[in-house]
Amino acid sequence: MLHIIKNRLLKGIVTTPIDLKSLGKENLVDWRVETVGLELKKIIRKKFCRSLHIREVDTGSCGACESEIIATTNPFYDIQRFGINFVASPRHADALLVTGPVSKNMALALKKTYDAMPEPKFVITLGDCALNGGIFKDAYYVEKGVKNILPVACHVPGCPPEPFEIIQALLAFLKKS
Amino acid sequence: MDYKTFLQELQDRHALIFLSVAENYNDEIYLSVRSDDFKKTCVCLHKLLHSPVAVFFAQDSRREKNAFVIYCTFMSAKYKKWFFVSTEIAADKAILDSLAREIYSSSLFEREVREMFGIEFSGSPDARSLRLHEEVWPRRSFPLRKDFQNKPTKDIEKAEYNFNKVDGEGILEVPVGPVHAGIIAPGHFRFSVAGEPIINLEIRLGFKHKGIEKLFEGKNVFEAIKISERISGDSSFAHSLAYTQAIEKICGIIVTESLSAQRAICLELERMYNHANDMGGIALDVGFSFPAALASLIKEEILQLNEKLTGSRFLRGVNEVGTTRLKLDEGKKKVLLAALKKISKDFGEIKKILLSSASFMDRVDGTGVLKKKTAEDFGVVGLAARASGIAADLRKDFSGIYTQFNFNPAKEATGDVLARLNIRIFEVEESIRLIEEFINIHHTASDKRLTQPELKEGFALGYVEAWRGPVLYWIKIDENGLIERCKVVDPSFHNWQGLSYCVLGDIIPDFPLCNKSFDLSYSGNDL
Repeated sequence: MLHIIKNRLLKGIVTTPIDLKSLGKENLVDWRVETVGLELKKIIRKKFCRSLHIREVDTGSCGACESEIIATTNPFYDIQRFGINFVASPRHADALLVTGPVSKNMALALKKTYDAMPEPKFVITLGDCALNGGIFKDAYYVEKGVKNILPVACHVPGCPPEPFEIIQALLAFLKKS
Repeated sequence: MDYKTFLQELQDRHALIFLSVAENYNDEIYLSVRSDDFKKTCVCLHKLLHSPVAVFFAQDSRREKNAFVIYCTFMSAKYKKWFFVSTEIAADKAILDSLAREIYSSSLFEREVREMFGIEFSGSPDARSLRLHEEVWPRRSFPLRKDFQNKPTKDIEKAEYNFNKVDGEGILEVPVGPVHAGIIAPGHFRFSVAGEPIINLEIRLGFKHKGIEKLFEGKNVFEAIKISERISGDSSFAHSLAYTQAIEKICGIIVTESLSAQRAICLELERMYNHANDMGGIALDVGFSFPAALASLIKEEILQLNEKLTGSRFLRGVNEVGTTRLKLDEGKKKVLLAALKKISKDFGEIKKILLSSASFMDRVDGTGVLKKKTAEDFGVVGLAARASGIAADLRKDFSGIYTQFNFNPAKEATGDVLARLNIRIFEVEESIRLIEEFINIHHTASDKRLTQPELKEGFALGYVEAWRGPVLYWIKIDENGLIERCKVVDPSFHNWQGLSYCVLGDIIPDFPLCNKSFDLSYSGNDL
């Protein structure tokens, strides 16, 4: 236990603004996670009574998108401090986050998950294959994107989008709507 | 005894008849047999080489030969060779004796070949569909046949998948999935429990099936690298490396030492971030959140390091046929070494925290035991196999850059969650050492990207020890330089069965822990 406390103190707070310069991205984005996130927090406070709950469904992605979504919850980005939570049940969710090109085997499960969500609800797609099938659009076992099955409100592009891009895209969407 | 004596012995002592024997590229041996002798030959090789089936696949050659060609592959670390037993079966009588009762590791492959090509296996213990679910796919439609046309059909005969049923008083079935409670891929798990202990677990996968092997067909060799990188996102580099290796073999490109070293650095970085992720995952699944958070930081550090070195967090777009886009200059070397030092320190902390926590050790020690015999029967590979006492690692079994630097493979014997955790800890330490060695290999700028006119016709196997285990690509290029057939095997395909057996006798709350200790790829399995 003492060891953990010592470690915790030595490590300090890692969720400081990310130094985008060292990532070589200073030209691409000039916001820092903090500024983006604080803005996001304000909007979520206003529109979703402090918390936006998201249920994630994978319909055939390669797994990289999931990895990046999980990364948004790591101490580095810590999306939860801005009021965004990933929930276990569709019954608790305000939004459905879908990745993957929708394989034939997942089409029904996706519909059922959506139906299990309470109104009002909206769908966010994440990653290039969720948009139109992406690299898999010519494969025989895919439905070529989520929009053929559910109404999609927002899309986060990328293959896969980086955690920071996910946070940014969510902000842009929430601001607009 | 070299492999030639071995082959002679097969013919003399075991009375096997080969129609032809061909040795390709130093490490592949193709034994062609009559279809009646196929089973006998495979069983004989399986026993003599102590090898499970590594790949088993078919190829539609009806246009050229009016036949399907079946390949069954075994690996021999002793001879450092892959043995392919092949046979042709007539298109109008597509039936073959099933191997599955003698060699259980061929069972899943047979089910795959059956649904993809319409080839029947007589005497097969399990003839259910694997990836093309009965509920959504017409029964007489075989996607990997060359004349398959993707037309939407409405007249799907409604069929149902029959789960194995456990009868008895007080037996309760717990169905879970395909949509799970976390940010995780889909699969269906059906537990049969008697009171608390699990007495049967059946895993039904295929929910992420997209038809990737068909997608490869007819594609330009250079463009298809992108597809290989998207088969399993967490093994993007290993998959693209196995793919490019197969193409390089076909085209006769000699891979220089410096190229091998650059690639090995990427491969080890991929191994490290995934092992960090799993160590965190195992901690999280017992509710130990501090080391889990620390592990997610290490993963993030390595992903950001990947981006600095190659421009991609998942090492995508790095591999090219004949070369790599990673060029380690002095500046990058410094960044890499500094990052390794930090990562090494953080790893040490996690290791110390985990292994000194009594409540954590209580959960992982003795949980989810996969016995050596079970692992051998199912053909479990890679990390999970090493945890169960099977000494198999392609980095050691075939000579190359790793054997030059005295690569030391991990080995445990107990086969429980702790053993799989210890393998990860050991391998991360070894990876750090190896990268520090590889970084010193002088970089020569002699390797060039292969161009379209240099492509050759032919077929070969590419193999890489990814972090989960061997990733295999068997690729055939046609006379126009396009891909004719690409068979992909991710280690997850073998290991899912190991998972379904290791949980027996444990309680359902231990399942997430066992699952994370294997951390198998759904998309790599489902293709």
